[in-house]
Amino acid sequence: MDFLNALVNITNLLIIPATTYGAQLALGALGVTLIYSILRFSNFAHGDTMAFGTIVTIGITSVFQSWGISLGPLPTALLALPFAVVVTAALLVGTDFAVYRFYRAKRAVPIIFVMASLGVMLMMNGFVRFLAGVKNISFADGERFIIKARDFKEMTGLAEPLGLRTTQVLTVVVAVIIVAWLFWFLNKTRTGKSMRAFSDNEDLALLSGINPNRVVIVTWVIVALLTTTAGVLYGLDKGYQPYVYFQLLLPTFAAAIVGGLGNPLGAIVGGFVVSFSEVMITHVWKKVLTYLMPENLEPSSLMQLMSTEYKFAVSFAILVIVLLFKPTGLFKGQSV
Amino acid sequence: MTQTVRASIFFAIMAALFIIEGSTNAWVFSGSWNTSLVILNMALVSAIMALGVNLQWGYAGLFNTGIMGFVALGGLAVVVTSMAPVPETWAAGGPRIFLGLAVGVAFLVGTIYLRKKMPEGRNRAIATVVMLVIGFAAYRTIFDGGVDAVEAIDPSVSGYLGGLGLPVVLAWPVGGLLAAGAAWIIGKTALGLRSDYLAIATLGIAEIIVAILKNEEWLARGANNVNGLPRPVPYEIDLQQSADFVNKAAEWGMDPVTASTLYVKIGYALMFTAVLVFILVLSQLARHSPWGRMMRAIRDNETAARAMGKNVTRRHLEIFILGSAVCGIAGAMMTTLDGQLTPNSYHPLRFTFLIWVMVIVGGSGNNLGSVLGGFLIWWLWVKVEPMGQWLAQVTTAGLDPTNWFAVRMAEAAPHMRLFTMGLILLLVLRFNPRGLLPEN
Repeated sequence: MDFLNALVNITNLLIIPATTYGAQLALGALGVTLIYSILRFSNFAHGDTMAFGTIVTIGITSVFQSWGISLGPLPTALLALPFAVVVTAALLVGTDFAVYRFYRAKRAVPIIFVMASLGVMLMMNGFVRFLAGVKNISFADGERFIIKARDFKEMTGLAEPLGLRTTQVLTVVVAVIIVAWLFWFLNKTRTGKSMRAFSDNEDLALLSGINPNRVVIVTWVIVALLTTTAGVLYGLDKGYQPYVYFQLLLPTFAAAIVGGLGNPLGAIVGGFVVSFSEVMITHVWKKVLTYLMPENLEPSSLMQLMSTEYKFAVSFAILVIVLLFKPTGLFKGQSV
Repeated sequence: MTQTVRASIFFAIMAALFIIEGSTNAWVFSGSWNTSLVILNMALVSAIMALGVNLQWGYAGLFNTGIMGFVALGGLAVVVTSMAPVPETWAAGGPRIFLGLAVGVAFLVGTIYLRKKMPEGRNRAIATVVMLVIGFAAYRTIFDGGVDAVEAIDPSVSGYLGGLGLPVVLAWPVGGLLAAGAAWIIGKTALGLRSDYLAIATLGIAEIIVAILKNEEWLARGANNVNGLPRPVPYEIDLQQSADFVNKAAEWGMDPVTASTLYVKIGYALMFTAVLVFILVLSQLARHSPWGRMMRAIRDNETAARAMGKNVTRRHLEIFILGSAVCGIAGAMMTTLDGQLTPNSYHPLRFTFLIWVMVIVGGSGNNLGSVLGGFLIWWLWVKVEPMGQWLAQVTTAGLDPTNWFAVRMAEAAPHMRLFTMGLILLLVLRFNPRGLLPEN
């Protein structure tokens, strides 16, 4: 019984949240990796793109709600998501035309692109705040729980509760669908193959008649899909706040680099590595140890390795360790 | 137009802006010398930060996005240098905290030593893990007890160890030293990575430094802030009560209250100007020395410089430390000016990316350009908000005040800042990438 309680505690407070967060990070990191391999720079505006996609989704959701449209038990935001992806894609392609294209034509060094992305980041950040202010917005509706903590306790008779929220299951399901589609797209379709060719060797790809502008536009559209979805799933799960989205930049980059920058599979693994380490290190292990240890050895402190505020330190530490010992990441990524 | 003429014109425009701010009450100008001096003082601090970043980026091409962290360390320096020590908390757990930290460091050093001594293999990996686990447990056991004891004492006003009780101006070089120390650790691990990795690594470090300031209450009261930091200038209230000062003010034809506030702000402005000029002169000397030429040679062609036998990593580490130290000094000055340390106010957009805009707009590689960028961008940062309000009034003049657009425009004025700064950065990068005062 004690063992089961410990297991439930770990599942409830560690495995479920880390899996959800990992899926969100993986989607974000996929976007970072795609931009890096096709456009060859680290996009600092990524977090704010997520915020933009989310705020558009929130706007469309409230329109739908005012019309009385809903998805029943599922959040209405899911219905608004495709429209928001279109809007975000338009913004990203527009940004590319207005900003990045010029530097691409000049074949500027990557650091100039990064600088430009700082400008885009500041502008997007201001624009997003203009649209919705800085307050926390919660926009999840529909059925909140699949398993309620109290129901679980009554059903099983265990001391530990286990709750499973709709948004958590939704995150994983949507992430799996999108990742599966993305891999199919990159590996099986003509456009996807041309993207990978462009990423491997730009000159050779141009020589074989691949249209670079088309590749770039398709990349931005996919990035819009990934960032908006990641942002909306994160927002459904934890609420929307512009500053938090800006801060997601760090774990997202950590995930992409840990997995191997430029490698889509790595980005996914990296997302889960970062999320599980973050949650494991900030998890309060006291209850688990109380259940598992013999009576007289029970811990008196919280047995938390680091307090929750230091979760950024965790993604950062993983980043540094990987960069020091395996600069190309867990899966072989590009390292210039 | 020669460089000197160009620089003179730009600085004359800047001076005019501050004079108009002080003398004219029209459009976005307040007509208050007090406000003008408030903006000037922060502009001076910003210019020093920009000089620090220019050392790293303009001289050496290092892309540091952790400025916020070094600025925050400067702020911490003010607390640990100038606040009076709190004997009760020292008695309760001060030594225990430092013992804990020492044990932690000792185990880390021990682990590194062990890894150097032992041959590579499974045994070494096991030894490393064992050392780290035991070390962490020992450190936490000793350290946590001390922290709890310290934070329990009078948490509403104290609950921290206090500082050394030294004069506050000493905190400025101490801020530089703290930042330099942090930069040494960061540089040892992160320099040598490719440019955008360094950016991400430093971004993370800055977040961690601010997280430490927010959470380690024994150190500087965390999110509870430290208020009432000592000042290097007299208090306004003391001036107003001094007969000498009141007479002097009367001679100048001013009332004592206005005179005292201006006196204090001019005091800060003079001190800050002295520091700015000192750092500017040193930077210029460094730039024209063989060392500075070597730096730029490394920046322009790392491989060639390496082939000439220059130790690129070592030079990068040097300039990374120097630039960060300058940011630390500026951070300490800023906290002194504020009179309080508020960890929650450190925000990367304000303390990292805004400084970057200053350097790029001013002209990377040019020290005077960075100073100009610091002044101009800080002035805009302050003034974009009133400009936004003015714009909101103009654009929504005919609209019903409850209209969606009118409400958004009115609420959006504060957010115009970031948008404008991004726009300025993009425009300068595109149309004038060498900045207002290009490197010559």
